[in-house]
Amino acid sequence: MMGVLMGGVMQPVFRFKNRTFFLVGLVSLIVVGFAACTKKGDTGASAQADLQALVLGEFGTMTGPESTFGISTHRGIMMAVEEANAAGGIKGQPVKVISLDDQGRSDEAVTAVTKLVTQENVQLILGEVASSRSIAAAPVAQKYKVPMISPSSTNPRVTQIGDYIFRVCFIDPFQGKVMAKFAAQNLKLKTAAILRDIKSDYSVGLADFFAEDFQKMGGKIISDLSYSSGDADFKAQLTAIKLKKPDVLFIPGYYTEVGLIARQARELNYNGVLMGGDGWDSAKLTEIGGKAVIGGYFSSHYSPKSDNPVVQNFVNKYKEKYNGEVPNGLAAMGYDAARVAIAAAQKSGTLAPTELRDAVAQTKGFEGVTGVISLNDERNAVKPAVVLKVMASNDYDYVTTVSP
Amino acid sequence: MQALIQNLVNGLAQGSVYALVALGYTMVYGVLQFINFAHAEIFMLGAFGGIFVAGWLTNGEGSFLSLVLVTFGAMAFCTGVGLAVERIAYRPLRHAPRLNVLITAIGVSLLLQNLGILVFGADPRVFPAVIPTHALFDSQNLVITNIQVLVIGTSAALMLGLHWLVRHTKLGMAMRAVSFDIETASLMGIPIDRIIAFTFAIGSALAGCAAVLYGLTYPKVDPLMGVIIGLKAFVAAVFGGIGSFVGAALGGLLMGLAETLVVYYVSSSFRDALAFGLLIVILLVKPTGLFGSMAKEKV
Repeated sequence: MMGVLMGGVMQPVFRFKNRTFFLVGLVSLIVVGFAACTKKGDTGASAQADLQALVLGEFGTMTGPESTFGISTHRGIMMAVEEANAAGGIKGQPVKVISLDDQGRSDEAVTAVTKLVTQENVQLILGEVASSRSIAAAPVAQKYKVPMISPSSTNPRVTQIGDYIFRVCFIDPFQGKVMAKFAAQNLKLKTAAILRDIKSDYSVGLADFFAEDFQKMGGKIISDLSYSSGDADFKAQLTAIKLKKPDVLFIPGYYTEVGLIARQARELNYNGVLMGGDGWDSAKLTEIGGKAVIGGYFSSHYSPKSDNPVVQNFVNKYKEKYNGEVPNGLAAMGYDAARVAIAAAQKSGTLAPTELRDAVAQTKGFEGVTGVISLNDERNAVKPAVVLKVMASNDYDYVTTVSP
Repeated sequence: MQALIQNLVNGLAQGSVYALVALGYTMVYGVLQFINFAHAEIFMLGAFGGIFVAGWLTNGEGSFLSLVLVTFGAMAFCTGVGLAVERIAYRPLRHAPRLNVLITAIGVSLLLQNLGILVFGADPRVFPAVIPTHALFDSQNLVITNIQVLVIGTSAALMLGLHWLVRHTKLGMAMRAVSFDIETASLMGIPIDRIIAFTFAIGSALAGCAAVLYGLTYPKVDPLMGVIIGLKAFVAAVFGGIGSFVGAALGGLLMGLAETLVVYYVSSSFRDALAFGLLIVILLVKPTGLFGSMAKEKV
């Protein structure tokens, strides 16, 4: 827009001819400066490879509209690392974590991973939550042959990027099936509408898998509309959806938009069931959505209310460490991802990234907070999902567990 | 039929916010002939101002009085910021080439955005429900909430008030004179600086009010929220004919309606494409906009 506007006014100002030389010089100086920096990083790599200390790189969304994802995951990771260090670290050396914020942007995620690999020389990368950003950054990890474990990116394409990319969570074909099964069989709902975020790989994938399975189970998709993350007004789509009176509105988005969508749906007097995926898992969901999201269902990685002692031990320690905050599914996934990485490092001979990769790939029967983690040939974890019901602010009731 | 009315109400409510913001662009353009890009950030600051005032008022528990206080608080805060921006960034450049002012405006816009991120953080905040939403009219397929009526009513009242101010007061006459010919107006003894400051104050206050109305409808507030709304409002102002009050108001309303109808009848992917497609068409067909007048310009 600014270009359109200034196009006409700008011409008289380009009188730089005598300054062009200066500008070219300045630009080349900057370029050379950066090149020198990178070079320094490279030489550091060979020097550091001799040190036998595990350095984990983490990239996540610490700020922006999905910041609770990054922050929860980071807390889970730090807890796992501190526990490992308290138990003596790895090969007598404490584990280090370098965390970078990608501000919820795919381009920043690529920059962050590039920096972690080429300048910080990490041996293993943990991240992201959002599938779009994992998909954007994974090719970098693959290219430099540094293993990357995504704690909770569920889109199938993430691990298809290459043999260095792993995840410790379930994938969307399964997650979509869980919610479709829950809607069609547990709640016995017949018709569904979908409102998907077309800018998010996660949302589009999950919406497709839900639709496919819901129809297979005899349900009908009577409306399938879209929005773009960052929108605030969804009334036009919701008006269209409301007129068709679906039994359930499936919103496979992230919590900020989901909160606004739920609120506007209830304002327009839509009274059906609201459902979504693990993108709902944030304390901000109820803050933004208010009572509109109460009673909604979403699939998640674990329930903090489970009476499994492994879970209770984790929840209590987490609450103690972080002022009584109940860990959500993403915190649990961060914790499990870091523990899988540390366990792999303990098994591997040296801490070279290629050896770490092989050790991670052999993860079988790992007792995690979010279930038993066994990585299959596609480098995905196969494990059950839980369905949670939103009861109050950051309070979710366990409804059911669905196994693959 | 009811669906259409529902869409019209939704679009009108959204268009009202665009219209209030668009008025700020058009007013400044009217007197100074440049686009105040920082206006979008004044809108954003208004929303944060509203949050803080609501926070001081017993956690924003809903009453009509607290709504009035929150609105006036946000408007006062925006007025202050608008005046400061004019005094610090634009007044020293009053006699500089217009491009310099334009670039300064972009600079101020980016400065305020990033200051916002620094001070408030990049995470979205929730605008408190100063008055709880409930349905005023509720039939099978048509729901009109109290917030929608409030948004449309307040904007209409403000626009009528502004029209009265510009057309029927001495101050308005002075504003029109400055916009007509700044040199001659100054020779006639009109205090130029004061009139310009006043224009900024009114435009910013409107943005502050728009921000509160927006926050009540879409309770998500973040430092970059002004960008897209400012852009849409700017397009609305150009659409209506930049410099024209009626044009900005109508342009805003039409923009809101068009967006809602496009999303309902076509697809949400075309929401932003529509706004900017509209801009291109207008610039091609009627470069001065719906109500714009051809101005002689010596560049």
